Amino acid sequence: MSRPPLTPAHVAAVALGGALGASARWGLSDLVPDGLGFPWTTFAINVTGCLLLALLPALAVVRRHPVLPLFLGTGVLGGYTTLSTYCEEARALVADGSTGMAGAYVLGTLAAAMVAVEFAHRWSTPAAQQEFDDEEGDE
Amino acid sequence: MTVLLVALGAAVGAPLRYVTGHVLDRDLPIGTLLVNVVGSFALGVLSALGLTGHTMALLGVGFCGGLTTYSSFAVQTSRLGARRGTTYVVLTLVLSLTACALGFATQA
Repeated sequence: MSRPPLTPAHVAAVALGGALGASARWGLSDLVPDGLGFPWTTFAINVTGCLLLALLPALAVVRRHPVLPLFLGTGVLGGYTTLSTYCEEARALVADGSTGMAGAYVLGTLAAAMVAVEFAHRWSTPAAQQEFDDEEGDE
Repeated sequence: MTVLLVALGAAVGAPLRYVTGHVLDRDLPIGTLLVNVVGSFALGVLSALGLTGHTMALLGVGFCGGLTTYSSFAVQTSRLGARRGTTYVVLTLVLSLTACALGFATQA
C-alpha cells in the first residue's frame, strides 16, 4: 500500500472539495427540506454520494491523478454525504415515537448505499479500486 | 451568507477527517470510524442546544457534516468483505447512533 504523503496541498484539496460538497448538500436540503417523517433528502444525498464515490475508480484520469481522488472522493463526496445528520435524524425519529421508521431509515439507507456501491463497482476492476484507495480517495 | 458558513465549517471538518484517516486507517478504517462517532456525538449536542440559523450552518451542517462521511463508510465496507465489513458496519452504526443520543442527552 503506497499512501501519498500528507502535504499542505493535499489537505487544501480536501478542504476545498469538502466545502463544495457540503454546500451542495446544504443547497439540496434547503431546496427540499426534510420535515417530519422519513428524511428522503438526506437519504437521496447519501445514496447518490455512495454511487458517485464508487464510480470514480472507473475514471482512469481521476485515479491516476495525484490530487483528484482526494479532492473528489474524500473532499467533495465526503463533504456531500453525512453520517452525523443521518444519526441525528434517526435519533429524532425515535424521540418522536417513530422507532419503526427510524429503523427503516437507518437500514434502508445502508442497504441502498451498499447496492449503489456494488452496482457502481461493476464499471471498474478491483485493481482500479485498490489504486483509488491507495490514493486515499475514500477516507 | 449561510452557504459560506457551511463551506467554512466543512473546510475544517473534511480535512480533519482526511488527516485522522491518513494517520489511523489501516486494515480496519479506525480513523474514519472515529470521526464518524465524534461528529455524530457533536451534532447530538448541537441539536439539543437548539442551535439554528448561522451557528448550526457553520458547526452542524458544515463542520459535523464535513467531518463525517457516508460515502467513504460504504465503499470501505464493500472493500472489507462480508465478515469484516459486517463488523465495521455494526461498529460504526451502533457507536455513532449511541454517541448521537448521548450527545443529545448531555444537554437534555
